[in-house]
Amino acid sequence: MTPVLELRNITKRFPGVLANDRINLSLEKGEIHALLGENGAGKTTLMNILYGLYAPDEGEIFVQGKPLTVESPSDAIDSGIGMVHQHFMLIPVFTVTENVMLGEEATVRGGFLDRKFTANRIREISEQYSLEVDPDVYVRDIPVGVQQRVEIIKLLYREADILILDEPTAVLTPQEADELFKIMNKLVESGKSIIFITHKLREVIDVADRITVIRRGKVVGTTTPDQATKEQLAEMMVGREVQLELEKAPPSIGDVILEVKNLLVLDDVKQVAVDEVSFSVREGEVLGIAGVQGNGQTELVKALTGLHDPEMGSVFLLGEDISRAKPRTITELGAAHVPEDRQKDGLVLSYSVADNLVLCTYYKEPYAHGVVLQQEPILQRANELIEQFDIRTPDAQTPAGSLSGGNQQKVIVAREFSRPTRFVVASQPTRGLDVGSIEYIHNQILKKRDAGTAVLLVSSELDEVMELSDRIAVMYRGKFVAIVPADQVTKEQVGLLMAGVAPDHAGVSEINMLGMEEGIS
Amino acid sequence: MTEEKKTKKAAEILVEELTKTPTNGTWLQRVGQSMLIPVLAVISGLFLGAVFIILTSEDVYAAFGRSIGQGLGASFQIVWESYSALFTGSLGDPAKISAALQSGDGEAIRRAFNPFFESLVASTPYIFGGLALALGFRAGVFNIGAEGQVFVGAIFAAYAGYAIQGLPAIIHIPLALAAGALGGAIWGFIPGWLKAKTGGHEVINTIMMNYVAFRLSEWLLAGPMKRPDSFNPISPTIAESAMLPRFFGYPIRFHLGFFIALLAAWFVYWFLFKTTWGFNLRTVGANPSAAKYAGINVTRYMVLGMTLSGALAGLAGTNEVLGLNHNLALAFYSGYGFDSIALALLGNNHPIGVVLAALLFGTMRNGATRMQVAAGIPIDIISILQAVILIFIAAPAIIRTIFRLKEREDVGGVRMVSGWGGN
Repeated sequence: MTPVLELRNITKRFPGVLANDRINLSLEKGEIHALLGENGAGKTTLMNILYGLYAPDEGEIFVQGKPLTVESPSDAIDSGIGMVHQHFMLIPVFTVTENVMLGEEATVRGGFLDRKFTANRIREISEQYSLEVDPDVYVRDIPVGVQQRVEIIKLLYREADILILDEPTAVLTPQEADELFKIMNKLVESGKSIIFITHKLREVIDVADRITVIRRGKVVGTTTPDQATKEQLAEMMVGREVQLELEKAPPSIGDVILEVKNLLVLDDVKQVAVDEVSFSVREGEVLGIAGVQGNGQTELVKALTGLHDPEMGSVFLLGEDISRAKPRTITELGAAHVPEDRQKDGLVLSYSVADNLVLCTYYKEPYAHGVVLQQEPILQRANELIEQFDIRTPDAQTPAGSLSGGNQQKVIVAREFSRPTRFVVASQPTRGLDVGSIEYIHNQILKKRDAGTAVLLVSSELDEVMELSDRIAVMYRGKFVAIVPADQVTKEQVGLLMAGVAPDHAGVSEINMLGMEEGIS
Repeated sequence: MTEEKKTKKAAEILVEELTKTPTNGTWLQRVGQSMLIPVLAVISGLFLGAVFIILTSEDVYAAFGRSIGQGLGASFQIVWESYSALFTGSLGDPAKISAALQSGDGEAIRRAFNPFFESLVASTPYIFGGLALALGFRAGVFNIGAEGQVFVGAIFAAYAGYAIQGLPAIIHIPLALAAGALGGAIWGFIPGWLKAKTGGHEVINTIMMNYVAFRLSEWLLAGPMKRPDSFNPISPTIAESAMLPRFFGYPIRFHLGFFIALLAAWFVYWFLFKTTWGFNLRTVGANPSAAKYAGINVTRYMVLGMTLSGALAGLAGTNEVLGLNHNLALAFYSGYGFDSIALALLGNNHPIGVVLAALLFGTMRNGATRMQVAAGIPIDIISILQAVILIFIAAPAIIRTIFRLKEREDVGGVRMVSGWGGN
């Protein structure tokens, strides 16, 4: 049988980089083909070629055995190829219907929009694949997971047979991801074919029919989930043996570093986001905050780091009240902050790596004498950190925006972890990163903890919280529903707590009490 | 440091921020890359300007009436005449210069070189204005109010110039300059402060502040600041000690203001790129969230950006009063404030780029007068030329299409070095 899609010897060069090196890939009808590789391995470049956003330097594309030249996305769409980008292409102030019909508007009587036709079509598609999307709601009002399904509907509405999903789970909660996998299975059952781009091993094992691993622009190999283990796949991806399980020494816990009492924080629309939360973090421990995103973690971190003043309650860092302190005061007390959104808060993308590495210390000796910046020490420091934290960049003067996500995060981690600190807040520190970078950042966090720093880890990746934390606080609707020692709960129990199940129903009532007392002490 | 290294360093400074994305290659290639689009835009602008010149010339229509050949000849003729007038009018007529030099007559030589110096004189307020806008853009504020700040700067400078008498020039000139800068600074601070305190958008507020400035100057010139012995709305002449010295005799008006402007450009460069204040300001402009995260007081630096921007715009007006007009008249309408928006963009919001763009604008504006006299081309054609150049600058895609340049794939959010991410 001819494959529905075949890529032969695709090569793409960028100045100084061979992004795709003679890549071959075939996609069978009704197959989920995972394209696995680290960030920057060339997966997205390859798909952008297929989708007509880049022209390949060499190579051919065949659809249903026929050669195809794609010069623009519309060529790709015409031949039944559709793509859901990592960052959605939706207009928030339009309804689902309007978003779906955009560019392919159904009209009646010579030019009037026929919303009804499109809306009905959306309902049909939604029903066929159990997408549960209401065509009449505004995109800004629906959760990210549903927005993604709107993107999928856009493709199905245009009758795409080959769906490319670029890192679709990066923005989803574990539950939403599971829903997506069900949808993907339904899609292939009805004859669609899917290219699933990811760097997450678990997902590949769970849903893919075949797996092609790409490293540094080359195909390393194609395999199936039955034939490969996670460890093997990780090794193929990274090119060396990867330690998937962390080695963690028992904690040596010391004094209380951060103490939070009855903290009440409002969000931007004046709703209670953090509801009278109390806890403490001590020297040499990692307190992990688990919770589905949007349960107040973001606001909690903002209040602790001085980015948002709390309504009520107190925060003591090393005995100083910082509940209304400015970010810089808190930083100077010895706090470091790896922010949730690295591109929005953590970096100035147009600045060089060197300038980003001194973003919190540029005004101090030796980087400035008085008000005059000292280029030499800044560059020297940058080169040290680039070396020490293994930041892959052409040089220290390269704009941070042109690095890959993993390396951008390493810039932030290098900046925040290289300072002498007593307290570290790491918010979603590995979101969207590849296996190699995750391993690296996890080890850095544990190193900080072993050096006696108090670490507050906020993550919506339950695995991450379970692995790194000494104690786990579960946050649900602004409250800590439980604070438990990490070695006394199972992943399932924490999962239930995250979903809002009461602690005694989740089977953690006793240790919960114990944990809470310890937390308030 | 050897001489060669020195030149290289100077050139590197030139490139440093002009090129937003330092790409691989020698500094010469990088200069080339950053200048390519502006230069091509100017060439395209001149070409389109030629089309307008032809279309607006009655001679050409008449000649086409006779025959196609004559029409083409006339078209070529008029464009040639216009652009050579633009050239000689702005830089000087080589024939006249050599004749004057041979004659050895001082005034003749000065007259021959006058167009060149007039271009520098015309460029000076553009340098200040362009710097004002560039600094604002770097701080993330859009100072549409430069025109009003130019006015208020001129009012303050004129007042300091005539109201204070009997000071030595060495004190009076800096004082009058400071007064002008202060006037502009106040006019920039107000909308900046309003933005910080109330969230009122600076674009709206600065536009409104422009009207306040215009009407304020009308009232002042008709009343408190009116020259006692005059029926016209004009201020008294400033004291001689406040006039910026001119370097050559009549008719060359080239004055100290040009060097003050270059000094200001150097200062803005140093401030923006070499000081922690400039770092704060640029961070606030480039990414306010990250600035807040890094502990920078975002609103304070927005206000500072507006204030400094206003001060620089104020100096543009000051320069005209102290250097050229020596008084403030109601007819003092400059347009510098508005042209400067475009100019800052042409100069990529970099002080060096701004100086180059200002020289281009000043030169064209100056040559346009000559073009009007010599070739009968309306002076407005220069505005069209400037507009066309700016459209090309603002939309580099047009230039890329015309000249079939390959788009740099690192621009526009596509990551070209993503290949370094893997192990």
